[in-house]
Amino acid sequence: MKKAAILPKRRVTLRQQDMRIAWLLIAPSLLVILGVTLWPIIYTFMLSFYNAPIGIHQARTFVGLGNYLSMLRDPAFWDTVKRTLYFTVVSVTLELILGLAIAQLIHSRPLGWKFLRFSLIIPWAVPTIVNGAMWRWIYSADFGALNGILFQLGLIKHYIPWLTFPNQAMNLVIVADMWHTVPFVALILQAALAGLPEELNEAAAVDGANAVQRFWYIRLPLLRPAILVALIIRTVEAFRVFDIVYIITGGGPANHTITISYLTYLFSFPYGKQGTGAALSFLISFFTITMAIFYIRLLYRPEETQG
Amino acid sequence: MNNRIFLRNVGLFLLTIPVFLFIFLPVLWLFSASLSNQVELFTVPPHWIPQHPTFQNYLDIIFPGQAASSVPRTFAVALLNSIKIASAVTLICILLGSLAAYALVRIPFKFNRTLSIGILGTRMIPEVSLLIPLFIVASRLDLLNKPIVLIIAYMTFALPYTIWMMGSFFQTVPIELEDAAYLDGCSRLGILFRVVMPISIPGIISTTMFVFLVAWDEFFYALIFTSTLAAKTAPVAIAEFIGRYAVNVNGMMAGGIMAALPPVILALIFQRYIVSGMTAGAVKG
Repeated sequence: MKKAAILPKRRVTLRQQDMRIAWLLIAPSLLVILGVTLWPIIYTFMLSFYNAPIGIHQARTFVGLGNYLSMLRDPAFWDTVKRTLYFTVVSVTLELILGLAIAQLIHSRPLGWKFLRFSLIIPWAVPTIVNGAMWRWIYSADFGALNGILFQLGLIKHYIPWLTFPNQAMNLVIVADMWHTVPFVALILQAALAGLPEELNEAAAVDGANAVQRFWYIRLPLLRPAILVALIIRTVEAFRVFDIVYIITGGGPANHTITISYLTYLFSFPYGKQGTGAALSFLISFFTITMAIFYIRLLYRPEETQG
Repeated sequence: MNNRIFLRNVGLFLLTIPVFLFIFLPVLWLFSASLSNQVELFTVPPHWIPQHPTFQNYLDIIFPGQAASSVPRTFAVALLNSIKIASAVTLICILLGSLAAYALVRIPFKFNRTLSIGILGTRMIPEVSLLIPLFIVASRLDLLNKPIVLIIAYMTFALPYTIWMMGSFFQTVPIELEDAAYLDGCSRLGILFRVVMPISIPGIISTTMFVFLVAWDEFFYALIFTSTLAAKTAPVAIAEFIGRYAVNVNGMMAGGIMAALPPVILALIFQRYIVSGMTAGAVKG
């Protein structure tokens, strides 16, 4: 973008013609985006100030900040926030640690490292719903692979209905999600590692730094931008997790896996309180857009983020 | 010294084993279960390798005419819907998005930066914030349960994503080439179609793959906007059957594997483009 701004002088005469062409090229996309994104987001914003029962013929009443306030006063809402933060913090932390470990492992070139890198693509590319369904079957109380393995190893005497334990269900969802996201983080960080200059590492080795020191003091600081990108992408995604919860637990047992996106879905459609749903979706938007600002600032300094 | 290197290599190799197991065990079990029949699936202790393997579950989906249960018939239609919808979304996005991307990164005008940031910003809006208005309009225009409603809804994330990703590819085209073409008397559109586009073919290919994957993966809009066979996609079909024990679980597993194959194969073919796409995108986490 910066390059484009410094143009040879001869083009100045073509400026206006260029601008016309630019608008011509952008207009179709811009119209679509305005239609499917900008208008709906404004509509949702307005709707969040109304009591809006589902159905076109039902009357809407203006409630001001009522939807927001009733949410913020509802302990069930705060439970959902805590649960979403738990999911986000636990899954993103584990993903980063494991992703970094796998990236470093591939970078050490063990036997079969190319095949390992190739294999990581598979869980990343499997659609989220298929991933979720697969893990739901693995956890199944009647025929699941988890019960099968533990039973054959003699660790359990009877099949256990794993997904019925309120305190465990979210952790099981996290494991399923990690199957899909650890490879994502590992692939990003592995590419970043491959792009680092080897000289520094070698110089440090000559100076007597051991492998752990070299990783901690040399590679990790150089990887910081790539880690930050992965961290932000994953935090935004994890905070609005919906698909995998819907497919594995459906919010259960006893609402113990309902996340903010799930609650928004419940209010907007099954409960038919679209005003509340709109208010909730704005609370999510507020968080993700804050993250987006972070993210855009990073992307606008590509020399720092490419790693 | 040689001994130490040998030990290190063995140690590293041993470390890869748990990673391989974590990646492949779930998929292999799913595949094995999709080849077994209902009786074997429910055997305790489990048959990890089916004693009477059968491709019947797959054949039922490919040739749904003879299938007894509604699962394969639904999957056959849903997979076709997914293909249609994801292809249409990809085609429209590449056509519209690459034009906009070129203008944004290479034609200087007042709003390059504002529009670029705005377009990136839209990708951070959660789907659920756009859902209610889109749903209201779709139901008033009688578009629910038609593929077109999903094609339109998927523009919300696929088009900004395409613009951003194509933009990053166009930025790598040397500006000198464009200048040379200009000196040879090429118009702006001539430069775009005869110089920039041909050089950017790898970028177009990888963007195509990513947009297809993202559209194929989408579940939330599809869940709300489609409930009949006319437009239901593969993820919706899976979600609908899951948890119903009366249905044919093995058939669903075969359906799940078939729904995973197109994106997995595409990703493996175009694996060298994946990382650049991941960081340019952030849509498919």
